[in-house]
Amino acid sequence: MTKIESYGNKPTRDGFGLGLVELGEKDERIVVIGADVSGSVKTSYFQERFPDRFISVGVAEQNATTVAVGLALSGKIPFFSSYSAFAAFRNADQIRVSICYNEANVKIGGGHSGLTVGPDGATHQSLEEVSFLRTLPNMTLICPADFEQAKKATVAIGEMVGPAYLRFGRPSVPMFTKPEDEFIIGKADILREGTDISIVANGIMVWEALKAAEALKEKHNINAEVINCHTIKPIDENALVNSAKKCGAMVTAEEHQVHGGLSGAVAEVLVKNYPIPMEFVGVKDTFGGSGEPFELTEIFGLTWKEIYASSLLAIDRKKNGSSEIRKVKDVAVYTEGM
Amino acid sequence: MSLEINFSSKVFENRTREHNEYDEIALTIRQDIIKSLVLAKSGHPGGPLGITDVMSVLFFGGNMKYESSNPDWSERDRFVLSAGHMAPVQYSTLARAGYFPTDELNTLRKYGSRLQGHPGLDMHLPGIETSSGSLGQGVSIAVGMAMSDWIIDKNDRKVFCVTGDGELQEGASWEAAMAAGSHKLSNFCWIVDNNDCQIDGRVKDILSVYPLKEKFESFNFDVIEIDGHDYKQIQSAFDRFNENQKNNGLPTCIIAKTYMGEGVSFMKDQYKWHGNPPNEDQAETALSELK
Repeated sequence: MTKIESYGNKPTRDGFGLGLVELGEKDERIVVIGADVSGSVKTSYFQERFPDRFISVGVAEQNATTVAVGLALSGKIPFFSSYSAFAAFRNADQIRVSICYNEANVKIGGGHSGLTVGPDGATHQSLEEVSFLRTLPNMTLICPADFEQAKKATVAIGEMVGPAYLRFGRPSVPMFTKPEDEFIIGKADILREGTDISIVANGIMVWEALKAAEALKEKHNINAEVINCHTIKPIDENALVNSAKKCGAMVTAEEHQVHGGLSGAVAEVLVKNYPIPMEFVGVKDTFGGSGEPFELTEIFGLTWKEIYASSLLAIDRKKNGSSEIRKVKDVAVYTEGM
Repeated sequence: MSLEINFSSKVFENRTREHNEYDEIALTIRQDIIKSLVLAKSGHPGGPLGITDVMSVLFFGGNMKYESSNPDWSERDRFVLSAGHMAPVQYSTLARAGYFPTDELNTLRKYGSRLQGHPGLDMHLPGIETSSGSLGQGVSIAVGMAMSDWIIDKNDRKVFCVTGDGELQEGASWEAAMAAGSHKLSNFCWIVDNNDCQIDGRVKDILSVYPLKEKFESFNFDVIEIDGHDYKQIQSAFDRFNENQKNNGLPTCIIAKTYMGEGVSFMKDQYKWHGNPPNEDQAETALSELK
């Protein structure tokens, strides 16, 4: 069994900011649109390094989005970044018509995603954008797992041609992917091989999935496969179907609503190709609220414990066709003493 | 269809002209609009007929730099029709400038046509710079283009954009205005088709956008109000825009007072002609007036 360990903590937003600088060094077509939150989403790194290629348009995300399109249609490679709450919804029509229908080479950095924005509360905790963005033709959608991967993903979307959205977060989170690890858009990373249950996660939930896999092995001798499905669109159908065939049950985990996000994307693939029992870990049709980031992930059920309990449930369904476990809401029953 | 529709193959040069030379061009474009719409059996005649004179002077009076045989020419000025529903006038103008064969105008709004109901970049029609149709977005894209030229590349390419007046009810329009004014985009020319008509009625009755001049001035534009059917005034406005750019001045806003449906008596100044095509009889009457 491969034990994966972290080597420190950094925010994924720093990965985005540093990735942008790296891109800027390589390609002078890279231009960044600031929408007043540059310090928060770390586009300020680019602004300091390349002030002539940074254009500020103020707190006006609709305009920022379409201005980026104008720059893209002029041969530039524009990045626009704000909080996901404003970088995917307020400008939704601009993304649909002006970016995606135009197939404009615009990149959006959706920062401060999910519950882990913390104390800012529900207005700023975007938990729905994946469901929307992945329905848009021509869109590439990525949610990296840690700092290093966020940096690589930023460079990768800058180097590909076409619309792309990178979803990342605010707090420091464990670093476990290595600088030398390969990152390929659309290719899921199998972090741990297993045969009993397949856990498919992205963003901060990948680390939780790894912890859940450890616990499953330790307590039940269950071999869990852990897949980092960082690219939600285009999704890695092969990796998902192969894992489904090998394990026969699957759990998805994401810092997002369970409706239509990674869960939906994965389910669509399996239903067509190899239907197996599935369980979904995520926010369950509710808004967030103020609180400390990792207090909220406990309260809203976004930790290894839910992945662990859901894995047992999915395995039970695989064995018995249905499961009594579903009636048990409290995951503590399964994780007591751990 | 009993009415026979043909499109002449006539194209016009882009050069300095005497004002009376525009009559033939504008007449040809207006005929094209009526013809393509009666064939399409749907679409918007009113706005296109109203902005035809401005488009004639812009594209055929040497005010815009382009090569229709080389639509991707890197030094070209650019035109964005933010009011994408006015596509028939852009299609006719581009065809008459030689971007594509004029008889393609008979494919408007048909499946697979490069002449989509609203301009679609995915159809690769030469001369179309962006998709447009969701109001308020095209002008912001045009601002982005102007930024690319003026702020990043520091060249002298111009960007022209036509919006409706009802379109200004879209808040995003004013985000674009604020950005153009704040960044002092001297190379940006915003043309407002001020016909005071929108789908449901008069703009001033639906939701007033007035006063326009003062609004744009307060957003740091040089505002020029003109009669949008007077070639001389149209040309003077473009001359002033040229001067503004040369002097690193303010972005230019031309408020062109026009009549919806101009050139066709029964359509003129009638908001109900915003989005209804003429039937065969109406088209025949319209074409008999456009001679």
